[in-house]
Amino acid sequence: MEDLIASLVRGFGLGGLYALLGVSFVIIYRATGVINFATPALMILGAFFTGSFGNAVGLPFWLSVLLGMAVMAIIGMIIERVALRPMVGRPAFSAATVTVGIFIILLIVAGRLIGSELLTVNDPFGLNTIDVLGARLFTIDIARLVIALAAIAIVGLFLTRSRTGLAMRATAFDQETSLAQGINVGRMFGLSWGIAAAMAALAGALLTAGSSGVETTIALVALKALPVIILGGLDSIKGSVIAGLIIGVAESLTRTYQPEFAPWLGANFDVIVPYIIMIIVLMIRPYGLFGTKEVVRV
Amino acid sequence: MLTVENLEVVYEDVIQVLKGVSLQVPEGSVVALLGPNGAGKTTVLRAITGLLDVHRGRVTKGRVSLDGQDIQSLQAPQIVQAGIGQVMEGRRIFREFTVEENLKAGGHTASRADIAEGLERAYSMFPVLAERRKQTAGYLSGGEQQMLAIGRALMSKPRYLLLDEPSLGVAPKIVQQLRDLIVQINADGTSVLLVEQNATMALSIATHGYVLETGRVVMDKPADELRDDDDIREFYLGLRGDERGSLRDVKQYRRRKRWLS
Repeated sequence: MEDLIASLVRGFGLGGLYALLGVSFVIIYRATGVINFATPALMILGAFFTGSFGNAVGLPFWLSVLLGMAVMAIIGMIIERVALRPMVGRPAFSAATVTVGIFIILLIVAGRLIGSELLTVNDPFGLNTIDVLGARLFTIDIARLVIALAAIAIVGLFLTRSRTGLAMRATAFDQETSLAQGINVGRMFGLSWGIAAAMAALAGALLTAGSSGVETTIALVALKALPVIILGGLDSIKGSVIAGLIIGVAESLTRTYQPEFAPWLGANFDVIVPYIIMIIVLMIRPYGLFGTKEVVRV
Repeated sequence: MLTVENLEVVYEDVIQVLKGVSLQVPEGSVVALLGPNGAGKTTVLRAITGLLDVHRGRVTKGRVSLDGQDIQSLQAPQIVQAGIGQVMEGRRIFREFTVEENLKAGGHTASRADIAEGLERAYSMFPVLAERRKQTAGYLSGGEQQMLAIGRALMSKPRYLLLDEPSLGVAPKIVQQLRDLIVQINADGTSVLLVEQNATMALSIATHGYVLETGRVVMDKPADELRDDDDIREFYLGLRGDERGSLRDVKQYRRRKRWLS
């Protein structure tokens, strides 16, 4: 029982991170139709800036997280303006390829910036635990879930309630008609990149909190957002949240129980569980749980 | 006064669609732009509102101006701000949004107070929309969607409203309603450029009319003269003495038309 609770909570914490990353993908995909493969690099840079503000400048954790998100938002907007805006009107595939290039560049830059020193984000959670129902839970897992859901809720409210959010959704729906309403479509693209980069930065900070330090290898974690957006549907924020939690929990439960019940699968089987889910989803429901079913006229 | 002078537009750098179109929409008027499919009517509107980019089109010659100010170098959002609103062909409402969200999106360039006022005006103008303000716009009927599209365009308080085939795909009864509506919008102080295939409707409310064929203006007359013109009566209004026309006459008309332009 204790194992189950601990495992679930860890899964939800992980799921919160995946959800954040999924939302980061979804926001750019909805606004511009491009899958942003640079997300993992944005996440690492976000973690780096958070760590730098915390250590080098000595700001408190919360402030450095917010500053890290702000810096990444600006970087995201610059990337959009410089590299993606010229691709407007070109096939989404070409633009997605551009993001792969950006990923590689940013990854190298991040590697140089981080260097060989150990950089932590100075979080207040560390390895603290609390006991609930006899299970020992890490506070970082709970914090990850709560902060991720809060951040996504804020973005959701912004999109549904605010005027700019409405304009962003309009742009996602029909660019030409939005232009005809006087909406500056280019600015909306930039904004979507800014928000997405800030979400990735938050995910990076939360991922690095409670673990060893900022490393470029955490890019592998961000790649798990791909199964998330495929399970949740490429264009659904709600889908990303639910899919993120499902995949997080599935991974965590596998990690807890697979060595006991299916040892023949070998060690670290949990790492590939998200991808197995992704392949199954692609086979039976390629548009995801909440995605828009593609309308094809035959 | 909205003026288009000698406008030439090329798509994809090779397809010349407009070959020197000139037209004027004086303040307070309703101007009809008639013509068959592919004549370039929609292209004229795109050139005015800065939407050619989206379709890989480019103005190669000529000039579009609003009250003497050049506007063809402006971006679409700036043109909306300058006071030109448009209802695009095929309604193009945001189907997944509610009626109210559609209207609000139309008021993107307006101030907060103007949006509140605009919503009120739209709902009093279109009581149907007021009943359905929280409904998903995609589920409205064709006529209601057209009204929503017009209401949305009016949210930015345009001085000039460009309407692209508002009668397309709506019931005849609704066409009558739309007609009255355009008259009302015009009476409220908005000048209208009405692109139509339904010439009967367009000429019944227009003050002036242009006929566009294969990228050229082939007729440019006050609306009542156009209504009495034999060719217009025959080919756009479907009126022609008692006898049925033969194909030979059509040919003759085509020849004459080329000669005329």
